[in-house]
Amino acid sequence: MKKKSLVSVAIAFSALGVILAGCGSSASKSSSSQSANAKVTAVGSTALQPLVEQAASNYQKANKGANITVQGGGSGTGLSQVATGAVAIGNSDIFAEQQAGIKANKLVDHQVAVVGMAPVVNKSAGVSNLSMSQLKGIFTGKFTNWKQVGGKNEKITVVNRAQGSGTRATFEGAVLEGAKAVKSQEQDSNGTVQKIVSSTPGTISYLAFSYINKKLEPVSIDHVKPVDKNVTNNKWKIWSYEHMYTPKAKTNKTANKFIKYVLSDKVQKGLVQKLGYISIHDMKVQKNAKNVVTEK
Amino acid sequence: MDEIKEKLTRSSKATRQDYFGKAISYVCIALVGLLVISILYFIATRGIATFTVNHASITDFLTKTNWNPGMLDSKGKPEIGALPMIVTSFSVTILAALVATPFALAVAIFMTEIAPQRGSRFLQPVIELLVGIPSVVYGFIGLTVVVPAIRHVAGGTGFGILAGTVVLFVMVLPTITSLCVDSIKAVPLYFRSASLALGATRWQTTYKVVLRAATPGILTAIIFGMARAFGEALAVQMVIGNAAIMPKGLISPASTLTSQLTSEIGNTTLGTLPNNALWSLALVLLFMSLVFNIIVRFIGKRGQMKK
Repeated sequence: MKKKSLVSVAIAFSALGVILAGCGSSASKSSSSQSANAKVTAVGSTALQPLVEQAASNYQKANKGANITVQGGGSGTGLSQVATGAVAIGNSDIFAEQQAGIKANKLVDHQVAVVGMAPVVNKSAGVSNLSMSQLKGIFTGKFTNWKQVGGKNEKITVVNRAQGSGTRATFEGAVLEGAKAVKSQEQDSNGTVQKIVSSTPGTISYLAFSYINKKLEPVSIDHVKPVDKNVTNNKWKIWSYEHMYTPKAKTNKTANKFIKYVLSDKVQKGLVQKLGYISIHDMKVQKNAKNVVTEK
Repeated sequence: MDEIKEKLTRSSKATRQDYFGKAISYVCIALVGLLVISILYFIATRGIATFTVNHASITDFLTKTNWNPGMLDSKGKPEIGALPMIVTSFSVTILAALVATPFALAVAIFMTEIAPQRGSRFLQPVIELLVGIPSVVYGFIGLTVVVPAIRHVAGGTGFGILAGTVVLFVMVLPTITSLCVDSIKAVPLYFRSASLALGATRWQTTYKVVLRAATPGILTAIIFGMARAFGEALAVQMVIGNAAIMPKGLISPASTLTSQLTSEIGNTTLGTLPNNALWSLALVLLFMSLVFNIIVRFIGKRGQMKK
């Protein structure tokens, strides 16, 4: 009996200890982050997540002292977490200037890769090329049947990405030019969009190049094919940078070294291309936060 | 002498352990209490900020149908009409409860009245299995099986309230069933004996005596099931279509409070209107779970069997 109660007390105590330790460590983390530079957390864009995860695991193998944690959560989360100083790196598909509520001048922008996006349709639509105005018409609700744009007699079902998503912001910036998107289905992940478009007749959506597979029909715009080469010279207009933001005030050595590693030729020529992104060094043009493209 | 006196007046080891144990439980209770209060406080302050800080109108929020918190409408007011989500959430919840209850009751009656031995042995593990499956699996099955099936049978894209109802039906079934089983089992045996002694058949006994006596418990079970359905996010999000528009029918894409929350929260920044508007949706959810709890309490009090 005595033993039992002692054991239960011990368990209760250790449970309490864990809780308190949890509180304690999070409190001490913020105060000692200056000294404990080896620990880095990167949060944000799910589109960039696979690249950062792979790069981080390779980097940690090479540098034993480094400890890099990578999490998703969306571009908005990444930007707000890095802006408040909660994490060392905030990953984002969009410029900090384009996100409401973020003070972009307090952040340093590292553009680590480029992602091209293309409209994709279900194969039943019978369309593989659209003009830019046709595409705009579909996403603003002007066209409701594939017949109207040279396809089969089938109803058009638009699948959008969630409001505020980086991919959607990029797509709408390039295609809609300020026009209001038609109210439609919204999905918040590339994987679900891929699944829905490949299985639902008449659907159209848009995906990053790396998510386009054989079950989907990628659509050319004005007979320009959605391939990496056309992105690098801006013939293909729907693309965005993948950003890794760091705070201007609080420089974290490990974070900066890691970003330098991501930008190195080894990663840019290897991992970046292997995972379906476009190397930042290949770009012949550059884009600013206002979507103005200039020669590099 | 003094030694004995001291020994007697000093608190024993058992007493000290008692105090110690009490202290630990109080600390734990305080922590849990603190947690609940801080969650309530956090959601409430964020949820109200839409109306106090961003000065959006609460009537707009509850009655308008345009959800687009990042943009302003023609009058310069933010588009934060949450009515479509509220309506959809209630529709899927009520429909799922309506469909699931007869099935749950049938299984519960089978397990308790008709074949208690055999029934429990086979059905209990099945029901527990259903509870253990993660909701993302239900969502995925919904997306790959239910949605195409509805598309073939009813037309449209297959996404919508109907698909959500089907998925939620499976998810709330175990909750309602196991609570129904408990409440039917709690009906005293002498109710049944008396009824049978009066010459009633088994079905008459079950229908007119056992189920009547268990009604408060069954209602509680349904409310619990509805609370689960109302709060379910992931599985519903995968099949409902997530279109923040007023549902036009059972097979047109719609969006629930939870699905809108989960799909947009990652893309907003803390403290901005789009973010606060999502917290307002969370506040509605919190409020509803409070309502469900109060109903359960109310039924429990009213339905207590007087012995």
